[in-house]
Amino acid sequence: MLTYTLRRLLTAIPTLLLISLVIFLLVDLAPGSPLSEIPLTVPPEVREKMMKALGADQPVMVRYVLWLKQFFWVEPQYLIDGWFGTDFAQGAQRIISWQSKVPAFQIIGERLPQTLTVVGTAYLVGILIALPIGIYSAYRQYSWFDQAGTFFAMAGFSVPTFFTGNVLIMIFAVKLGWFPTIYDTQLRVTDWASFYKMIMQMALPVTVLALFNAAEISRYTRSSVLENLNQDYVRTARAKGMGERTVLLKHVLRNSLIPVVTVIALGMPTVFGGAIVTENIFKINGIGAALIGAIHVSDLPLIQTITFIFAVLIVLFNLIADILYGILDPRIRYD
Amino acid sequence: MADLAAPVLDVRGLKTVFHTRAGEVHAVNSVSFSLRPGEVLGVVGESGSGKSVTMMSLLGLLPSPPADVRGGQVLLGGRDLLKISPKELQSVRGAKVGFVFQDPMTSLNPVFSVGNQIMEPLRKHMGMTKAQAADRAVELLELVGIPDARRRLKSYPHQFSGGMRQRVMIAIALACDPDVLIADEPTTALDVTIQAQILELVKDLRQKLGMAIIWITHDLGVIAAIADRVMVMYGGQVAEHAPVKELFARPQHPYTRALLRTIPSISGERAARLQVIEGQPPILTAEPASCPFRARCIHSLDRCAQENPARHAVDGKPLGTGHDVACFWSPELMTEGEDA
Ligand SMILES: Nc1ncnc2c1ncn2[C@@H]1O[C@H](COP(=O)(O)OP(=O)(O)OP(=O)(O)O)[C@@H](O)[C@H]1O
Ligand code: SF4
Ligand SMILES: [Mg+2]
Repeated sequence: MLTYTLRRLLTAIPTLLLISLVIFLLVDLAPGSPLSEIPLTVPPEVREKMMKALGADQPVMVRYVLWLKQFFWVEPQYLIDGWFGTDFAQGAQRIISWQSKVPAFQIIGERLPQTLTVVGTAYLVGILIALPIGIYSAYRQYSWFDQAGTFFAMAGFSVPTFFTGNVLIMIFAVKLGWFPTIYDTQLRVTDWASFYKMIMQMALPVTVLALFNAAEISRYTRSSVLENLNQDYVRTARAKGMGERTVLLKHVLRNSLIPVVTVIALGMPTVFGGAIVTENIFKINGIGAALIGAIHVSDLPLIQTITFIFAVLIVLFNLIADILYGILDPRIRYD
Repeated sequence: MADLAAPVLDVRGLKTVFHTRAGEVHAVNSVSFSLRPGEVLGVVGESGSGKSVTMMSLLGLLPSPPADVRGGQVLLGGRDLLKISPKELQSVRGAKVGFVFQDPMTSLNPVFSVGNQIMEPLRKHMGMTKAQAADRAVELLELVGIPDARRRLKSYPHQFSGGMRQRVMIAIALACDPDVLIADEPTTALDVTIQAQILELVKDLRQKLGMAIIWITHDLGVIAAIADRVMVMYGGQVAEHAPVKELFARPQHPYTRALLRTIPSISGERAARLQVIEGQPPILTAEPASCPFRARCIHSLDRCAQENPARHAVDGKPLGTGHDVACFWSPELMTEGEDA
């Protein structure tokens, strides 16, 4: 298992390198310069100096290698320094956002927590809603509960989040005024009052994302449970005198969860994609908003870095999915 | 001897219907039989004759819907299994009645260890602790001839061959010392040598443990080897029922006679499946009002089209104890030289 994981990690490296190259080159095609936001009155020598300082005057391949080095070598050192107060980085050049002239990872570090709270909570809530619904829908196939579940899943799945988001804002924030319309990213939870405020402002975006996730996962769960309910081993379990609870929640569920867990793990990074839209609707200053902002002003280093982080997440969760699969299914052997 | 003992299992007038899109399918029609302690009842009949549905109806193992066990009684230890609560039924399944299914490759749960699956009924029905159940599981695996049993407890089903998995299934069925073991074509999916081994194993276990067995098969050779009595099923009904020697010596029903013709008298190559009789099995969209075998019967009489023959004794003994048949025809009606 450990060797398998290590081998998978090693093979992930060339994959990631290739992805990084493609991302870098594609994004580099876009028009953009670190000086586009600088007033024209700034003299040419100063401009040139600035270009040099940012390394933007170099040919594209040199910039790519430099960016790679910064991403995989320099930035982790800064991360460690930030955690332990060490000084590994020794002031090495970081990836700098062209627009704000601060390190890209600093921006990401500021924005990521907002995204993670909303996306993470939404995913968790989505899973917690989806599993019982999926299981029960399958167990009582064609019951009114199942029909209702099917309807909501179809709705949740086919209606885009920007629509549900706006509808929820219209009804619950604007018309009824139950929830705030603006997400306050400065809010820190320090006491019950601020905790309550946090819950209130998270409620709508989490609901939108959770519904979307729950729709997909509950469908997967339902079909997986249905498929397993018809298996011979279920009949065996009943013939042994096992109660329905044991049959369903032990025998069937354990088998059904194998593909579901994979879908959950693989879906993790795509949720960040969904969050980009949701963040924009609810004005959450998260990583998705940062990416959109960077695209608007052609802040190439920031775009490249955030996009590549998404790519890393996708590769990582693929690996996690495979490992979980092996843990859950004894028939899979790693060698 | 066994004739006089009270039956452990007494099935009377069992009726099972499936609700399908095309309407009702009457899969089991008024099936009655009984099983005495320590006895082996063989059940034969071609595919679709209702053997499995009958046995699964006894323990409520059919998915409902579409199945609907509509009538009859299943008496086991003085209780009617069709009337008791789901909880009570669970305490019968696996404890009083063990079930072995046809396909050992799919009948075990792939994600739990074999030990876990054997220990489940032990812990539920016998209230054993984990350690006690593990010891008993080792005993059971040894009983069914699996070597290195203690270590094998931790193995998963995919680490066993088909024959070994069927042994595990038998171990599970025997775990709680049931009064009745129902084996639904337990050897069909296995190759011939393994079949013979499983057959020997069950014969041996029956000697040791003394439980009554219902053995479903397509193979009259197996019936001859293991059964005390035989029940021949056709179209969801009992066509003929007799002690095994009697059935082979004096088959009454045209269907039974056709079946027996399909096995060569010298046991060489056996007809593996009983489909050699010409024609199709009936599709029972309603309770049959005539003999279900009529379309394929070489002896059919006018009366066969007007009513469904009831079982009647051939040897004067009460129904279900001796030789009986559901047919209007009898071999005595044969004219000299007629070939049947
Ligand atoms: N789920 C179902 N829905 C509708 N009809 C069914 C269903 N299961 C069984 N039947 C009907 O019940 C009849 C008897 O089936 P059963 O499985 O008992 O046959 P069998 O004698 O065990 O055959 P085999 O030797 O192939 O196992 C079949 O002909 C089929 O039409
Ligand atoms: S009752 Fe008639 S049709 Fe049916 S088996 Fe007997 S002779 Fe044939
Ligand atoms: Mg069958």
